[in-house]
Amino acid sequence: MIDDFLIRALAAGVGVAVVAAPLGCFVVWRRMAYFGATLAHSALLGVALGLVLGFDLLLGVAVSSVAVTLIVVLFQRQRLIGSDTLLGILAHSGLAVGLVALSFLRGVRVDLMAYLFGDVLAVTMGDIAWIYGGGALVLATLVLIWRPLLALTIHEELARAEGVPVLRVQIAFMLTLAVTVAIAMKVVGVLLIISLLIIPAAAVRGLSRTPEQMAILGAVVGALSVVGGLFASLQWDTPSGPSIVVMATVIFTLGLAVGAMRQARA
Amino acid sequence: MVTDPITSEALVRASGVDLRIGRTQILSHVDMTVGRGEIVTLVGPNGAGKSSLVRVVLGLLAPSGGEVWRQPSLRIGYLPQTLNIDPVLPITVRRLLALAGTGSAAKVLAEVGAGELAERALQDLSGGEFQRVMLARALLREPDLLVLDEPLRGIDLGGQLALYDLISRLRRDRGIGVLMVSHDLHIVMAATDRVVCLNQHVCCSGAPEAVSRSPEYAALFGTAAARQLAVYAHQHDHTHDMHGHVVENSDALGGRP
Repeated sequence: MIDDFLIRALAAGVGVAVVAAPLGCFVVWRRMAYFGATLAHSALLGVALGLVLGFDLLLGVAVSSVAVTLIVVLFQRQRLIGSDTLLGILAHSGLAVGLVALSFLRGVRVDLMAYLFGDVLAVTMGDIAWIYGGGALVLATLVLIWRPLLALTIHEELARAEGVPVLRVQIAFMLTLAVTVAIAMKVVGVLLIISLLIIPAAAVRGLSRTPEQMAILGAVVGALSVVGGLFASLQWDTPSGPSIVVMATVIFTLGLAVGAMRQARA
Repeated sequence: MVTDPITSEALVRASGVDLRIGRTQILSHVDMTVGRGEIVTLVGPNGAGKSSLVRVVLGLLAPSGGEVWRQPSLRIGYLPQTLNIDPVLPITVRRLLALAGTGSAAKVLAEVGAGELAERALQDLSGGEFQRVMLARALLREPDLLVLDEPLRGIDLGGQLALYDLISRLRRDRGIGVLMVSHDLHIVMAATDRVVCLNQHVCCSGAPEAVSRSPEYAALFGTAAARQLAVYAHQHDHTHDMHGHVVENSDALGGRP
């Protein structure tokens, strides 16, 4: 008999992984890993915002992610500060301001480690509802923008010449990324979210011939990482979030090896 | 100054286009028209503003002055100058074409002589193969106007001639207008109806033979270049396939007699 908390953890983790991997493919293809990390790190500011103002933490994270997205879009118009520098500033100032704000909350006992590294074994049915609701929204949006987003990932100017509404598609993509960060935080925490996005996608690059293959295989690898990581965490009493990421990394390494062997044979 | 021939049906028309980026004047008072079934080639030295003019015509850059008119509901097929598909994105030729439009991928691939490439990964193609695939992709959109920014980069001379033949055949079979950028002066003239010599402003324009004899053209490229073009036109008594092999002239390949 499997315990209820484990079933909830599996449901939450697999839900997040299946949503994160296809989105993570675009993060990998568009070389936006640092943007994803920035969103995730500054999400701690959203957590603090939620705690201070007393509304749902997921809502707080969604607000901070949307704010970061809009700041990045606005700053793309100037050239004096490079985008990697800007992202670095946003990521760490978000994290720092969030930590400072949390320290002011004397009355409330805040489990900082849970926000930083996730606490999937403590998810509630409410969290799962958020994850599946938000996840369905993200996947539906991704299906809707799949073609134009892929077109502008292949060649932005070509897509623009062919009438793809580039800015609108980009913003829609960044917003789905923000929602994904919000729902993934409970599972792996703000410091590890980016790994659920990019490791499964990177693991299956060598095995994929089309973008769609990579997205689906990535989702499978993400789900396997969650299941394997959770059971390992129970077996050896290790922290759940990091265990999931370690499992993903092991699969990534295997994927590299299999991809290399295929290439050697071809 | 050589005058433009009267075109039957204009697809795009630039009138008095000025373009400044920062304090740099890129284009000044440029007039240019591309009509249906017409091949127009932009030539000019590096930094003459050829790619900028193309981008203004496409609507990717807003002109600082003058205006660009495009036929309403004009469909444009575009081959940009730099086309590298990042290897982090896995994609086959077939999938790329399926994403571009609903038409038959096999048919357009056959049309550009790339039928055997359908299952190949895009990153594994040679320069010439890649250009033909991108041309097939552009054709899938059933364009009225084909815009090619230096389509001959990285392709050997034989392949260049084959690509030119292909483009003039497409013009003939489909009646599409073609706007091309090139600085490969040696073969520009082979399959072009009209040459526009650009060096920030339009130096001269007209039929290739007339332009190559005009003093403005000689001043821009030197008389030696102009002479070479004339010689080249006489030498062109055979065609090449994509791999550079000499083949007999035939209607199927669109070779010039």
